[in-house]
Amino acid sequence: MKVKENIAISDNGFVFNPTTGDSFTLNNTGKEILLLIKGGKSMGEIKTTLLSSYDMDETTLDRYLLDFVSELRFNNLIDE
Amino acid sequence: MEKRVFERPTITKLSPGLPSKHGVGTAIAPMPFVEGLKVDELIEKYGSPLFILSESVMRKNVEDVNRAFKVRYPKFQLAWSYKTNYLDAVCRVFHQEGSWAEVVSGFEYDKARRNGIPGEHIIFNGPGKKAKELAKAASEGAYIHIDHFDELYLLADVCQKQNLEARVAIRVNMDVGIYPKWDRFGFNYENGEAWDAINRIMANPKLKLMGLHTHIGTYIMTADAYKIAATKLSDLASNIAHKFNHNIAYIDMGGGFASRNTLRGAYLSGEDTTPSFDEYADAITSAIINSQIKPDKLPTIILETGRALIDDAGHIAGTVIANKRLSDGRRATIIDVGVNMLFTSFWYDHKINPTQNHSGLVEETIIYGPLCMNIDVIRPSLMFPPLKVGEHFIISRTGAYNNTQWMQFITTRPNIILIDKNRETHIVRKAETLDDIVANEEIPEHLK
Ligand SMILES: Cc1ncc(COP(=O)(O)O)c(C=O)c1O
Repeated sequence: MKVKENIAISDNGFVFNPTTGDSFTLNNTGKEILLLIKGGKSMGEIKTTLLSSYDMDETTLDRYLLDFVSELRFNNLIDE
Repeated sequence: MEKRVFERPTITKLSPGLPSKHGVGTAIAPMPFVEGLKVDELIEKYGSPLFILSESVMRKNVEDVNRAFKVRYPKFQLAWSYKTNYLDAVCRVFHQEGSWAEVVSGFEYDKARRNGIPGEHIIFNGPGKKAKELAKAASEGAYIHIDHFDELYLLADVCQKQNLEARVAIRVNMDVGIYPKWDRFGFNYENGEAWDAINRIMANPKLKLMGLHTHIGTYIMTADAYKIAATKLSDLASNIAHKFNHNIAYIDMGGGFASRNTLRGAYLSGEDTTPSFDEYADAITSAIINSQIKPDKLPTIILETGRALIDDAGHIAGTVIANKRLSDGRRATIIDVGVNMLFTSFWYDHKINPTQNHSGLVEETIIYGPLCMNIDVIRPSLMFPPLKVGEHFIISRTGAYNNTQWMQFITTRPNIILIDKNRETHIVRKAETLDDIVANEEIPEHLK
């Protein structure tokens, strides 16, 4: 899983895809996860990181992550 | 280190220059309280979903409409439209505030009588009155609003045979410049049918013509339509006075004032477009005062306002069951409130708020009810924050028509509570059980 090349992520959670011209906003959790993906972390590592800093059970986190990643894919922001 | 609260990750596409009809990323404020009571705690106590009615809001609405009319006109009377919400507790609030009862069936008539309303404070409308019901209403002095000629003949026959006198009015339909034109109820004004009916009533000594009635439609957004309607009824009234030397006691303008709900698909919010009681009152009272009716013979104005008096006194609170993503990428949220109990979601884009704080970020969401039926859509599209499973929300302005037009379908119906003036809560209709639903069923011997 890789964030597509030349996708820009700003500090305040804006995302710009120069290839399609689309822009997006992320909430804080969304931004954190996208940055972790961009940093090359695997799904397992991302989960461990989030579970250590948030009050959240693993099953629920799994569901949210899956949903979020499918949205990133749907919006052409990541590659498999 | 204390762990942080996890918020569902979201990503929302921005379309510069092309804001959706909801605007871009509008924050949805949480609504933790109704009448100062915590919604989450009410759900804990009474279950989810939960209808919540506010007594104070009902009383305030009655006060507002009364004030709007009484400062402009000497004689004004409300009649509570039973079909809008005929929970006994609700009817009794309106009756305590001085409202008569407006009913459209024998069932509703009996309900009003059970609520202690005497016949002479009941207005009996509707196209389907039966001979027995007419006889009872006539003998108890109710105002029978005749809908069609066959009813006029039936009532004349009943009165003749049982030696009764009936107090009557006719329902009049007319062109008031709005679409749709409601011409299926009552006698038409423009083609002379109404005048014809009046003449037949005046010729029958058993029938006492007390008033004239119209109900031009529901959720009428222009006060002007009422002005036209009141002018036409006033014309009839002065023609009656002129020809028969008879002054009618009242003009009943029906219901139809819009509530502040937003009609489904409307571009502007009902909060911005709905006329005030003052605007409606101005239109109606000025038309009657400026008519040919003599100032000392002015009839009482009766209103059968339903929706506008109770819509905003009702809420339904509930719980998120699941979230999913549709094949086109849209978010879908499934809640435990379906169209079986929130019938008005077919008409309105109901306002829905989470009960808890969320980041300002919202995303286009479709809100489904829990029924295994394609029609079960509460909001086809709105900008909404991502709620987690088990979190609560509250839907506003659900007081009109839901507790009467709802249906027992697939699930049972939930508790309805009333919050009184002292913020005490009372169950006014218990949640249904399987036993309630099967109570009237019978199993033939060979199937036992
Ligand atoms: C005869 C009559 N009066 C009053 C009402 C109440 O109308 P509303 O809720 O629009 O005020 C209705 C509703 O259909 C009606 O048919």
